[in-house]
Amino acid sequence: MAYSDKVIDHYTNPRNIGTLDKSKNTVGTGLVGAPECGDVMRLQIEVNPETGVIEDAKFKTFGCGSAIASSSLATEWLKGKTVDQALEIDNMEIVEELALPPVKIHCSVLAEDAIRQAINDYRVKNGMEPMELESHH
Amino acid sequence: MNLPIYLDNNATTPTDPRVVEAMIPYFTEFFGNAASRNHPFGWKAEEAVSYAREQIAALIGANEKEIIFTSGATESNNLALKGVYEMYAAKGNHFITVSTEHKAILDACKHLEKQGAEVTYLSVGEDGLLNVEQIAEAMKPDTVLVSVMYGNNELGVIQPIREIGALCKERGVLFHTDATQAVGKIPVDVMADHIDLMSFTAHKMYGPKGVGALYVRRKNPRVKVTAQLDGGGHERGMRSGTLNVTGIVGFGKACELCRLEMADEAKRLSALRDKLENALLTVEESYLNGNKANRLPHTTNISFKYVEGEGLMMGIKDIAVSSGSACTSASLEPSYVLKSLGLDDELAHSSLRFGLGRFTTEEEIDFTIKCVSDAVQRLRDMSPLWEMFKEGIDLKSIQWSEH
Repeated sequence: MAYSDKVIDHYTNPRNIGTLDKSKNTVGTGLVGAPECGDVMRLQIEVNPETGVIEDAKFKTFGCGSAIASSSLATEWLKGKTVDQALEIDNMEIVEELALPPVKIHCSVLAEDAIRQAINDYRVKNGMEPMELESHH
Repeated sequence: MNLPIYLDNNATTPTDPRVVEAMIPYFTEFFGNAASRNHPFGWKAEEAVSYAREQIAALIGANEKEIIFTSGATESNNLALKGVYEMYAAKGNHFITVSTEHKAILDACKHLEKQGAEVTYLSVGEDGLLNVEQIAEAMKPDTVLVSVMYGNNELGVIQPIREIGALCKERGVLFHTDATQAVGKIPVDVMADHIDLMSFTAHKMYGPKGVGALYVRRKNPRVKVTAQLDGGGHERGMRSGTLNVTGIVGFGKACELCRLEMADEAKRLSALRDKLENALLTVEESYLNGNKANRLPHTTNISFKYVEGEGLMMGIKDIAVSSGSACTSASLEPSYVLKSLGLDDELAHSSLRFGLGRFTTEEEIDFTIKCVSDAVQRLRDMSPLWEMFKEGIDLKSIQWSEH
């Protein structure tokens, strides 16, 4: 299966690889997937508590090129968005942007789940109501 | 050195130019039907086929009359299993095979189970090898056939074929082996190994695609299989269809080259394979899959823990290999062969299979070592699992989300 140019670009030059300090209250962490399924994504956001804007986002992913590209793209999209805006990111937008084939749609679903988990982690840490995280799987 | 580098010779091999050269006249000049008995076009084709039969038989220690031409190993496997099941129905309906066989065997067995066969699927040890006692224990009075692959396509491990053959002979049970990966790479002798039926194919040994053979023993015992295609009754009534004369000529030439060059080639390839393997096993948290001693000379299968196989292959885009990762298959399941070894799914997802071949050079191996080692490092730098491992976190202690 051939990869789209955008997947190759994110795979070759991944944006925002790294780790944020998860002990900070301003940092939310989402860890989704499972090693035995062949993909694990960890996505982190750092939120400005004054404005609710996501000022930094980092990821690390174990998975195929499409999984790596989906999480790299997600961190790019998250930066500068408010937490509420970030919740509106839909996995199908990732599918479209990266031109993922049907067998790779689960990579985009995983990225969306990671975003929601990271936001939820941030909310819980800061005394806000936990969100209802419905699993897509 | 030209890129990309081909290290997937267990999937298929390039046709040797000497084979192509031998084939060319049979496309246009000697195009006759080998079954045309009444004119020189047919005679010429028939002569070429019989010469190829001799070349092929010589490679495996058989008589040329014991070679039944097919379209390839998948067809040979189907003909052997289904053909024996039908031909020997009066004797029994029990087959014994192994969980790490190729799908052409396993799916043919599934098909036969629906028709009333009883099939025992033996499991292998964590090194991928079967123990001959497992077969002895599984045998029953109504066991008709034992089918065990010679060399495994994913791991390269070689099963104890001679011992299995001897046991089958002693018990009066037919023995079939799928020797697709072994013939032409290591010495295979149907007499010494007590093989009754054997599948093999040209394109894994530098011959063309679309032509293979089933060896069917003619003496001690005389074995017959029921034809699976109705037609002109070619190939002693076991496989109808106009012979692929051009392909057969190439198959014969490929066998002759293997017979003459195999010993030196196996030495050269195992030295290159060992160089590659030893270097890659110095990468932290890398593991060899399958038995190290009993192996085909050109294959190695290595798992790089905390890196996913398809992601890794994308990082080594100048090198063509295969992975046991789910993502490379439509099923999203990791390799059933690696799982049969008792490997964690995670390690199965992290595996690469390297298949060296006649045209592999040392320069290519050196490039591969560097390229794979670098890609593993790069992907680990972006792997959350690697980070956790480095922090001493036990990945099994984490509650992973279902998916």
